[in-house]
Amino acid sequence: MKILVAVKRVVDYNVRVRPMADETGVEISNAKMSMNPFDEIAVEEAIRLKEAGIADEVVLVSLGVSQCQETLRTGLAMGADRALHVETDVELQPLAVAGLLKAIVDRENPALVVLGKQAIDDDANQTGQMLAALLGWGQGTFACAVKIESGAAVVTREIDGGTRTVSLKLPAVITTDLRLNEPRYVKLPDIMKAKKKSIEKLAPEDFDLDITPRLQTLKVSEPPKRKAGIIVDDVNELLDKLRNEAKVI
Amino acid sequence: MSALVIADHDNEHLNAATRCTITAAGELGGGVEVLVAGHNCAAVADAAARCEGVSRVLLCDDESCRAQLAENIAPLVVQLAERYTHVLAAATTSGKDLMPRVAALLGVAQISDIIAIVSQDTFIRPIYAGNVLATVQSADSTRVITVRRTAFQSAGDTDNPAPVETVTAAGDSGLARLLEENQTPSERPELTGADVVIAVGRGLGNKEHLDLIEKLADSLGAAIGASRAAVDAGFVPNDYQVGQTGKIVAPRLYIAVGISGAIQHLAGMKDSQVIVAINKDAEAPIFQVADYGIVGDLFTVVPQLIAALNR
Ligand SMILES: Cc1cc2nc3c(=O)[nH]c(=O)nc-3n(C[C@H](O)[C@H](O)[C@H](O)COP(=O)(O)OP(=O)(O)OC[C@H]3O[C@@H](n4cnc5c(N)ncnc54)[C@H](O)[C@@H]3O)c2cc1C
Repeated sequence: MKILVAVKRVVDYNVRVRPMADETGVEISNAKMSMNPFDEIAVEEAIRLKEAGIADEVVLVSLGVSQCQETLRTGLAMGADRALHVETDVELQPLAVAGLLKAIVDRENPALVVLGKQAIDDDANQTGQMLAALLGWGQGTFACAVKIESGAAVVTREIDGGTRTVSLKLPAVITTDLRLNEPRYVKLPDIMKAKKKSIEKLAPEDFDLDITPRLQTLKVSEPPKRKAGIIVDDVNELLDKLRNEAKVI
Repeated sequence: MSALVIADHDNEHLNAATRCTITAAGELGGGVEVLVAGHNCAAVADAAARCEGVSRVLLCDDESCRAQLAENIAPLVVQLAERYTHVLAAATTSGKDLMPRVAALLGVAQISDIIAIVSQDTFIRPIYAGNVLATVQSADSTRVITVRRTAFQSAGDTDNPAPVETVTAAGDSGLARLLEENQTPSERPELTGADVVIAVGRGLGNKEHLDLIEKLADSLGAAIGASRAAVDAGFVPNDYQVGQTGKIVAPRLYIAVGISGAIQHLAGMKDSQVIVAINKDAEAPIFQVADYGIVGDLFTVVPQLIAALNR
């Protein structure tokens, strides 16, 4: 079984992102970039399925600027077999990403596609579901447990009221939640080994697809600031404030 | 101009988040209709019909909709969508599961987690864990949207219910099957709709100490929420997580106990009306958003608080 994993290069989760003064975009030119944390979990899950003898190949794909190669190298160092890079400087929105991923699925024929449930930059939480729709496949979103058994993916999903477990006919799409696994740390020898693995370069023009953004960002701004609070001395002062100043209890 | 709201429900009750979505849909200025797709869910359709601002309810009562699998519901929504300019759902886990699938089948963008409507094609939504608000304009003829519950008032009831009409299901896709559902049992108010939330973090140290938080929640009739670290440590179930990748809450009063205040956590609670932080580290970032802070050991402060409240 072949598994395709989509990975996105995003601003590292420790960076506090701010709008630019003219509100046309965000200030990220010097920000530290990393693999989207949810995608790291996706890569880890695919590698574990390979280590368990269920998958025989893990293929990564990333779409975007040339530096996405670094992100792919990280995934290869974790243990993926090879990678595809659809290189473009054009902003790609979830529907375009899903369309390009579908074209890659049509070429690679994986039995499973694993993606992070959301990217921590645009917080959209869409691409996996869109890909499943375009492929006509089942979708196991927000997965916290995955089992592959007799032609089906049994996926436990984190939902608002608890969890639910679904059985999906393969091929299928899975999107990962935080508690699916804890991604491994890559060691230096793995990074060295990963340098020999192949990254095939593609371009959006290789596929006959309209990838023009459908949503135009008119402006980005800072959210309203909370007014500064105070430190109270003890519980009695706190309750007095809550009762008589804030009037919330 | 008309909007279709996809109801979030468990076949018995209409999720309160849908009421807020109905309010958002009403702000678009046209008619608001609601789709209730499920099985043996007439009570939900009746509740939706009584919501202020709803002009018609479409009821799809079919075995294939019982588990509300996105694979089965999305084709139904797509069939109906051409009659509407906007299709909206609450940004609950079911809305987030369903709506991108609907949008892709329609070949349009999906606009996630909106917090304000600027015009019929322009919306505001948080990005980068809520550190930035983006104003986005859609070029599509059908706008598929999920709505952040805490940004819109809940639609009230009217005495004059809207008509309920039945629609036919798209049938079973054969792609997915529900095997099991585990609801976290709770006597407490639902987290995203609660007036008061007590949120617990890694500072609790150990699951055995949770009864302290339970007692505090009891004295205030509060829901319990948590940081990711508290969920990962197994203090509380996964659906208690508040934050960028968990639930978004905006209660009247949010009390953060032993939570440091990482940006991913703040993303889920910084719109609360009043925030209280209890933390032994005076430098903890949670104090930067707190209206009232107590610097101290939670094992001293929380019992004092419970005693004072119960006095
Ligand atoms: C992709 C991604 C998504 C994430 N999504 C979320 C999310 O949705 N929600 C979320 O919450 N986090 C999320 N996180 C995690 C987040 O970055 C933080 O790691 C997490 O919020 C920390 O939880 P905490 O504050 O409970 O723990 P810590 O940061 O460890 O803080 C514990 C606090 O308790 C205090 N403390 C300790 N003992 C006591 C005591 N006896 N009395 C009083 N105070 C005490 C300490 O001073 C400290 O401030 C995410 C991270 C990533 C990478």
